[in-house]
Amino acid sequence: MANPLAPSPKGLDARYADDSASVIQARVDQVINWLINWGRHNSIWYMLFGLACCAIELMQTGGPRADLERFGSAPRPSPRTSDLIIVAGTLTYKMALRIKRLYDQMAEPRYVISMGSCSNCGGLFQYAYSVCKGVDNMFPVDIYVPGCPPRPEALLEGLLRIQDKIKGEKFLQKRYGVAV
Amino acid sequence: MNAQDIFNRLVEKHGDAVSDFRAGDLDPCCFVQPWSWPEVARTLRDDPQLRFDFLDCVTGVDWPDKGQIHVVFHLFSYVHKHAFVVKAALDRADPVLPSVVPVWSVANWQERECYDLLGVIFEGHPDLRRVLLPPDWEGYPLRKDYEESDDYHGIPTTRPVPLELLKSPPAAKPS
Repeated sequence: MANPLAPSPKGLDARYADDSASVIQARVDQVINWLINWGRHNSIWYMLFGLACCAIELMQTGGPRADLERFGSAPRPSPRTSDLIIVAGTLTYKMALRIKRLYDQMAEPRYVISMGSCSNCGGLFQYAYSVCKGVDNMFPVDIYVPGCPPRPEALLEGLLRIQDKIKGEKFLQKRYGVAV
Repeated sequence: MNAQDIFNRLVEKHGDAVSDFRAGDLDPCCFVQPWSWPEVARTLRDDPQLRFDFLDCVTGVDWPDKGQIHVVFHLFSYVHKHAFVVKAALDRADPVLPSVVPVWSVANWQERECYDLLGVIFEGHPDLRRVLLPPDWEGYPLRKDYEESDDYHGIPTTRPVPLELLKSPPAAKPS
């Protein structure tokens, strides 16, 4: 409430007299959420991990032309420090048990890109006795990137979809139960 | 030496342990009796006219209608620059062949692979384990009568065809 005895404002004060602190009217938890998500979606560290020929394309995506790192995605050597696992290549049953273990070692929140036909559904090798028919048999997948192998642009698109997903998340509410 | 000379040399040394020479095949080959295979292998490697110092590859072929499993050895000589193929016909119900790891140590993993995929037991092999498939795998997948199990460690081995999923009517929502 404005003080009725105060002199009427002039100049800039007059201009903003009726706005009661409009700049910080947004709710604090939403701002913090936005800030955290801004940080998270620009630093998706992926596990340096490849299974077959898609891994070659994954390396190409990390190379200078496609350059995954301009979106803040850096390869990490350990599952414990990475946010994203890109399952790149044909997944055999022997490897499936190990990749499950890698996934279990990653800290929440974690994201999964299934890259290429083989890890989507078994692909070319889906009638083979030794190939797992899709990595979603092992753990939930966020983004499926089609292709055999996908071009670097396609994988970049997959990463951008992961970023969109992170931007839409209510991290504080989910993690700390802050009321909206 | 050409293939016929190689075969004649083997017959000279081992008599009827080698037989059934096929000159017309893409890779000329002959069959060897399984129990005399290590001696024949030593002759192939050590004979000054043969000198097969390199074992190219060991493969197996399943013949269910013949009731046999053939193990095929591709040999090459860096000294004389000639090649030869030796096959051993084994009983399909009980495929056992003496190992040639003491002759060519490169046979180690190749025989393990043959054991892994076809179930040929190589007697005298120093370390006969599965090499490609997981150690707890059941069955030998390159046999013609191999049937895939329904799951491996709880992972289903089949995936529904998406078109079939589209054809079936959507499940009624629980009210």
